[in-house]
Amino acid sequence: MTIKRRTVLAGMAAGSAVLAAPAVMGAGRPKVVVIGGGSGGATAARYLARDSRGALDVTLVEPTRTYYTCYFSNLYLGGFWDLADLGHSYGTLAARHGINVVHDWAIGVDRDAQTVTLAGGDVLPYDRLVISPGIDFVEDSVPGWSVAAQNRMPHAYKAGSQTELLKAQVENMREGGVFAMVAPPNPYRCPPGPYERISMVAHVLTERNPTARILLVDPKENFSKQGLFEEGWARHYPGMIERIGPDFGGDNVSVDPEAMTVDIDGVVEEVDVCNVIPAQQAGRIAHLAGLTNDAGWAPVLPADMRSRMDDKVFVLGDASAQGDMPKSGFSANSQAKVAANTIRHELLDARLFPARYANTCWSLIATDDGVKVGATYEPTDEKIATVEGFISQTGEDAELRRQTFEESIGWYNGIVADMFT
Amino acid sequence: MTMNSLGRSRLRLPTVSVAALAAALVLAAPGPAASDGGEGAPDIAQVTTTFPRAVALGDVEHGRELWEFECAACHEMGRGAEDGIGPQLNRVFGRRAAAIADFPYSDSIIRMGRDGLTWTYRTLDAYIENPYALVSGTRMSYPGLEDADDRADLLAFIRLYSDQPADIPEAEPTARRVEVELPPEVLEIRGDREWGEYLASECTTCHQRDGAAAGIPSITHWPEDRFVVAMHAYREGLRPHSTMQNIARRLEDEDIAALAAYFATIDD
Repeated sequence: MTIKRRTVLAGMAAGSAVLAAPAVMGAGRPKVVVIGGGSGGATAARYLARDSRGALDVTLVEPTRTYYTCYFSNLYLGGFWDLADLGHSYGTLAARHGINVVHDWAIGVDRDAQTVTLAGGDVLPYDRLVISPGIDFVEDSVPGWSVAAQNRMPHAYKAGSQTELLKAQVENMREGGVFAMVAPPNPYRCPPGPYERISMVAHVLTERNPTARILLVDPKENFSKQGLFEEGWARHYPGMIERIGPDFGGDNVSVDPEAMTVDIDGVVEEVDVCNVIPAQQAGRIAHLAGLTNDAGWAPVLPADMRSRMDDKVFVLGDASAQGDMPKSGFSANSQAKVAANTIRHELLDARLFPARYANTCWSLIATDDGVKVGATYEPTDEKIATVEGFISQTGEDAELRRQTFEESIGWYNGIVADMFT
Repeated sequence: MTMNSLGRSRLRLPTVSVAALAAALVLAAPGPAASDGGEGAPDIAQVTTTFPRAVALGDVEHGRELWEFECAACHEMGRGAEDGIGPQLNRVFGRRAAAIADFPYSDSIIRMGRDGLTWTYRTLDAYIENPYALVSGTRMSYPGLEDADDRADLLAFIRLYSDQPADIPEAEPTARRVEVELPPEVLEIRGDREWGEYLASECTTCHQRDGAAAGIPSITHWPEDRFVVAMHAYREGLRPHSTMQNIARRLEDEDIAALAAYFATIDD
């Protein structure tokens, strides 16, 4: 009986919210522009439109018509997934939720006039702006490398054609050749990403080219899930992977894309494939909008992801400087929901709830060998701070690792449904 | 009795058989079965010297009656026990959940076994009390044994067939559980559905709202009481799974009720 009574009451509460929406619409709908259709932007647009039930005018600006997730692109490299599995369209966001999806580049933000200018010439006014532009690379962070060299030495750190290129290079590498990766310094997108990629490349080479070598040049002392990866590499790919950390010059690297060489602290290595993942900063539009700090990231308030530079602007995901959360799709998705609630409160007087942040990152080390790390977070005065975390353990049995991998696929399907359906 | 012959076949310590221990337990418990020790069993002083802190879990004789009435239609135990509708339960204490090869367990209990669910006094007690609260998708079609004393008696009997000396009588896995029963006022919290909807956005990064479940179980359209008990079981660490425990530990009673109210009535 109790359950039924609760159900009825809950239904009534939902009904009154629906009735409230048309009154706001009649007064002229407040406008929200969202720049960037990834995990932060697509989630924010969807939650803003869905939860306001038409009371907000939501525009999503995203250049690509098919969005390829960066997460799980390593599984494509490893041969476990098809590229098509990573691609998602914006059709449902427009058709089901009434979002204006504009496939164009945002090239300027006038924060005084509260407008966004698009490459195609359109000017979009906003009451609130959400930007979630992801990352760009820091020029000259790896001497000798530039975006112009990305076909010789792919970064493959924005998924799509770069990922396809790197996969083809790995698969066609000469027998016994050398695959090199120049790993990025902190902070960067997807902390375990480079090391999952090493695992996937090792998986491919073990099957196709077992005498090949992998050279991991790393400027960092330590890296995410290090114990788990190193245990897995020793078990699955013994002798194949050599990591050169900063103690052996891994922080003093330059490349020559024409000669296909990597100079590690004065020692020149000839390589066959070279994956350069440069140092990173907030996506370009965050800089153009004047939202970034000296480090190149956009600082935000921990309570709601609002820009510290402009209270009408929210910055989500990789581009933001918020504290302890890793730069991940999961984090961006989590942050988007907090910002969307705040914006609905400010524009529609919806109930304001305190921020809830969480993140989990799964990685695949080898076939059916999945691991994860995660944490809950809360806003403090200073930053978004870790509450409590957890991580897979070394020595776990194979069945648990397989289950963790299956769980990661469940998560993938969950987050893309949470963004695009 | 079956348990005596079984016990003799599995002697682990030279002087104390499981049968003798059973006798000790029976003797320690109130009830009419005090003469069940059998011939040649060591006297009670010897047993209590070996296990100075021996405490009966419950009334073994009453537990045997409960077994016949509640369990035996589906489960076998004792010499020659085989899997039937349910798995055989010899040495179930200390066994990983869903550990019997080839038994057609539910996906739900297989998953929890991999996550680390192990049958201890604490987990068995919770499972027998309400199977669905611990393992949502279990195939064990059993409504639960409500009375805590009855469960203690039943488990005292079942434990006779888990003759691991190290486990008997007070060490894990047979140690008495720390109670995590939910007081009625917690179960009766009326969930704030709108708060639940907001909180649920943390869940839907992984659990799909439409109930699709591959790799990660569905939590859509659960009865509220089951949802509440399940989340408390994660929060208390009774249910295994590092991510769920992590998420649950920062949920207040009101948060759990709110989530339950939302997911029970989700309409997408």
